[in-house]
Amino acid sequence: MRSIRTAARAAAVALLLGGPIAAQESPAPEPTPTPAPAAAPASGQTANYFNPAISVIGNFLAVGGSNSVEDRPAMSLEESELGLQAVVDPYARADFFISFSNEEAAVEEGYLTFTALPWDLLVKVGRMKAAFGKVNTLHPHVWMWPDSPLTQDNLLGGADGWSGDGVSLARLIPLGDTFSELTLQVVDGDGGPFAAPKRSDLAYNAHYRVFRDLSDSTNLDAGLSYAYGHNGVDTDTTTGIGALDFTFRWKPLRQGSYRSAIVRGELFSSRREQEGGTQDALGWYLAGDYQLAKRWFAGARVESADHADDAGVTDTGAAAVLTFWPSEFSQLRTELRRRRYADTTTASEVFFQLQFAIGAHGAHPF
Amino acid sequence: MTKPSCLLAVICTLGAAASAPAALHVVTSLPDLASIAAAIGGDRVETFALAKGYQDPHFVDAKPSFVLKLSRADLLIVAGLELEIGYLPPLIDQSRNEKVHPGSAGYLDASAGCDVLNRPTAVVTRAMGDVHPYGNPHYWTDPENGRVIARSIAAKLAELDPAGKAMFNANLAAFEARLTAKEKEWDARLAAFAGTKVITFHDSWPNFAKRFRLEIVGTVEPKPGIPPSPSHTLDIINLITAEKVKVILVEPYFDRKTPDSIASKTGAVVVTTYPSVGGIPEIADYFDLFDHDVSALAKALETAR
Repeated sequence: MRSIRTAARAAAVALLLGGPIAAQESPAPEPTPTPAPAAAPASGQTANYFNPAISVIGNFLAVGGSNSVEDRPAMSLEESELGLQAVVDPYARADFFISFSNEEAAVEEGYLTFTALPWDLLVKVGRMKAAFGKVNTLHPHVWMWPDSPLTQDNLLGGADGWSGDGVSLARLIPLGDTFSELTLQVVDGDGGPFAAPKRSDLAYNAHYRVFRDLSDSTNLDAGLSYAYGHNGVDTDTTTGIGALDFTFRWKPLRQGSYRSAIVRGELFSSRREQEGGTQDALGWYLAGDYQLAKRWFAGARVESADHADDAGVTDTGAAAVLTFWPSEFSQLRTELRRRRYADTTTASEVFFQLQFAIGAHGAHPF
Repeated sequence: MTKPSCLLAVICTLGAAASAPAALHVVTSLPDLASIAAAIGGDRVETFALAKGYQDPHFVDAKPSFVLKLSRADLLIVAGLELEIGYLPPLIDQSRNEKVHPGSAGYLDASAGCDVLNRPTAVVTRAMGDVHPYGNPHYWTDPENGRVIARSIAAKLAELDPAGKAMFNANLAAFEARLTAKEKEWDARLAAFAGTKVITFHDSWPNFAKRFRLEIVGTVEPKPGIPPSPSHTLDIINLITAEKVKVILVEPYFDRKTPDSIASKTGAVVVTTYPSVGGIPEIADYFDLFDHDVSALAKALETAR
């Protein structure tokens, strides 16, 4: 025991003294080619082997024009998304996305995915974006626009949409060559359009998705969602929302890096119980994006949504978007947007967005 | 066990005994790997390639229909070296199929043992464009690497389906014999052009060039994945003139505008070389791939002489 301690102390001393002395005495070594990565790693690197893949995505947004309803700063680092992703053990992987915005840092998503379950099941536990509609399931940096559509803003609790802490269970439902998946989620009752007066008031979501290749170059993605939970107006008032979403993609594979198109639409129908009766609100958007050249995309969006708590009030909007990708890892985007709020106030704005990614950001689901 | 399920089990057992053994479902990222797997596996395998031969293998969409394919796969063969990094990891995670996760028996990285070129020897950053930190992933364009891949696949298939081992080995022997004969033919066809300088569009051809003794002096892309720029195009035009380069190799999925314009200014010839099986219907397997590319290149060099 004592000899080991002595040896350890000797080694520590050698380390402390050895560094600077060696640096002074020996000339700078000639740069030698690094061995192939397949070779045994240096001892210092092994400590990093099981570290998660780390990435940061920056989202800088500048807004011009005036808008008395949605007041955004002239320029802001709207979001910095830190991603930490790794396999946990033979049964699961973990994904954390920590979002730093102007005021706060929050865990945007943090969940464990059990990837080795029987019966074609995929189970997630933690905080996750609800599998409701399409845009709500995607991180903002993969949206076709710098802003969220009115369906999110008015009917799903705000621009950030609905995410919840809970359990998600997704099963493949055999349907020949068509991908078909049923997702059931149970999450805490606060989040998105929901508010829980009691702990036991949970929110529930069901999402059915089908995807089919129509040809080598075209495919259709469609989903049906229904969510239900308490809305907090009174102890027993609830909100139920249904959604239809579709995405049509065209990408001729032979020239896939130069031409492609995507058309996407969603329709939300919300039924909210509150004082003075039930509010039945409707919202939709229809958007397209066309690839003009390897790095250029042009798109448009039209939208309309009633207010969830006052279905007689409707907001509408139209936007044109131009996107340029200097490389796969950065993206410049400008949007001209006109929105009319409650048939009374009109706002015309211009958005400039710069998004950039560093590190190893895992590819996103399609 | 209840009676109906007991009966079902008996019927299934009988059915399995009566019919031929179910084929292994092999999913590959590239059609080239599927072609080799089919040659080795014969009727004991069913293959499906995620990427098409005429598609840029870096940019494959992670479509849910591929999740379905992977959920039923017994073996997934990938090119590795992060070629599939943009689409395969989420597909594997959603596959609900433990067999095809990296590290499992049903996951085969075909690059193991292959002659991989351009492994970075200095620090890599994305300022260098879309570089692959583990080396150039287009290594299957050297038929000798095809041989290594075939051996890996034969060993893997024998591991997953021991009953087919003799057949896999026989198919491997036949594949190797044919490859050896074909290599002589291809070498002979290009022998006269050893040392020829060529320009390529993307950095996809170092293995092909090494094998057939061509010298790649430049690429139309200024950096991997970055589209041609006017100043770099001018550099390439000057380079072609100075080095008397005769041909520009372009993959079928790249825009021919810049290569054609360079060709018209320099007299060099643009040749479409296919990096993968299925690029055109005539390229039906791994041998056809070299038959086509070697012959297209030889014809272009003969006329340019």
